[in-house]
Amino acid sequence: MTTTTSPSKTSRRFRFNWVDSFLWFIRVSALIAIVIGIVGSVQLFLEGEGPTAEQWRDLVISGLSTGFMYGLIALGYSMVYGVLGFINFAHGEVFMSGLMVSLIAATLMFENGFWDANPTLALLIVLSISMLVSTLVAVLAERIAYRPLRGAPRLIPLITSIGVSFFLQYAFAGIFGVATRSYPPAPGNLGNDVEFLGIAIEGTKLLVVGVALISMVGLWWFVAKTKTGRAMRAVAEDKEIAGLMGINVDRTIVTTFAVGGAMAGVAGLLWALLFRAVDFLTGFLPGIKAFTAAVLGGIGNLPGAMLGGVLLGLFENVGPLLVLNGLGIPAVSQLKDAVAFAALVLVLVFRPTGLLGERLGSEDRA
Amino acid sequence: MTSRTPVLSFKGVNTHYGAVHILKDVDIDIYAGEMVSLLGGNASGKTTTLKTILGYVKPTSGQVLLDGEDVSDWPTAERVGRGVTMVPENRRLFKRMTVKENLEIGAYLRPGEDLSSDYDRVFELFPRVKERLAQKAGTLSGGEQQMVAMGRALMARPKVLLMDEPSMGLAPVLVAQNFEIIERINKAGTTVFVVEQNANMALSIADRGYVLQTGKIVLDDTAEGLLANPQMRQAYLGEV
Repeated sequence: MTTTTSPSKTSRRFRFNWVDSFLWFIRVSALIAIVIGIVGSVQLFLEGEGPTAEQWRDLVISGLSTGFMYGLIALGYSMVYGVLGFINFAHGEVFMSGLMVSLIAATLMFENGFWDANPTLALLIVLSISMLVSTLVAVLAERIAYRPLRGAPRLIPLITSIGVSFFLQYAFAGIFGVATRSYPPAPGNLGNDVEFLGIAIEGTKLLVVGVALISMVGLWWFVAKTKTGRAMRAVAEDKEIAGLMGINVDRTIVTTFAVGGAMAGVAGLLWALLFRAVDFLTGFLPGIKAFTAAVLGGIGNLPGAMLGGVLLGLFENVGPLLVLNGLGIPAVSQLKDAVAFAALVLVLVFRPTGLLGERLGSEDRA
Repeated sequence: MTSRTPVLSFKGVNTHYGAVHILKDVDIDIYAGEMVSLLGGNASGKTTTLKTILGYVKPTSGQVLLDGEDVSDWPTAERVGRGVTMVPENRRLFKRMTVKENLEIGAYLRPGEDLSSDYDRVFELFPRVKERLAQKAGTLSGGEQQMVAMGRALMARPKVLLMDEPSMGLAPVLVAQNFEIIERINKAGTTVFVVEQNANMALSIADRGYVLQTGKIVLDDTAEGLLANPQMRQAYLGEV
């Protein structure tokens, strides 16, 4: 036995060193590139070229508002991962479902003038429909597609969720058509600039951040303080023992999907305010970005999901001009998505468990 | 003690894992206020017996009765609601939650009830738990975790407390302390069913015992009777 284990041990050590030095090489070169890029951008700024101070400010505000929206979607990925240990890739479509269905109500209200006459009520109606539909879709997906696979190897629900994702996309394409539709412009005077802490900010963006913050606090309260939230954390840690304490595990899992869906529904309203355009594929990119945000923050960790979302929003809005422009790369705004995913790779190279992630126990992670 | 309907009983229970026959015609009766031990080595079916009581494993034939009522088809949560609670092997606390939250989860099926007398009882048995309330359960020592695990089970105000290998993974000093506490809980009126490999320890506090061997009950006697039984002494009590 000793003769067979010792060579494998040395070869493992050799491989470990090689990977390690490669990682360090990546880390160092990434840092150097980022520093050179930022220095270059600062130089451009001082020479009076490149974006102006106002443009930088607007980029940061866009980044924050988009980031908060990603964060809300990311919560759904993280919660489901925490409880069931798989990534629900259909979550982007859960978000899109609420968005698509509430568009009908928004258009209707816009056409009969209710939209601009009662902005608050109109937005609340859109919010309720979006949350309701997203919650319903998430719960149905769990009941129909995932529950029968409970206890199956982890890869199987994962692949199934990709199937659910396609199913939802093309179901919505069939019902609503493939054309891109548009939400009416922000109601009332919401689209105007508002003075906030001495800075002029577009009212919609302020509302987006406000709504996201309220939802986060609400979710935190729910998970940390209520009995159902406690049951949820118990199920996430140890399903068997949670059941032994009399917790209904199935119902708790459904609740997890429902709450994640509701958060995606809130994100739907925010998307309607920020970007307006909607089609059956709208859920894909925000879904993938939110998944990225969840991993960035440390999957399974709820504050991490929010933090990851906000950072990702900032990276993709500010990053291209801040880093790439300074490196002399042309047409940087086209590289928004590339920067977002590069940020993910970089964070994971430095911190494999994500920013707030805990070290994963070897026995419960496949 | 006077009621002749057992609080918990197995009538001719058989269980299978796939084609493997685990429990074979097992009969067990546990009466209110008793302390009963189930002894046996590895793979004798001890854990399966507990899982069958709680409904994680359904018998292929035979009945599981609680207070004389057939609960063989009941889901776990309902059986727990009827007063059966287990302290699992290796404690299995919710490590990322605080000690307080662990205790609260123990009382999950008693919504809206006043729990202050239950907390007092737990703190009286385990003064250490009170000091640790705000701490994450995963940061406690093994002995403290055992206390929280027992406290968590007591919060359900169980009629029958099931203990799965309470001596597992603890230092000998703690094992003795543990059994002392189990005895106190039993004296205070809770029926206790201890599943143990450590036969000496279990029989020192039990009223009666069953010995399980490859799924069959091979001995069924009072604790004194089992301790005196030559077959028992040789096989389980480490005497030649």
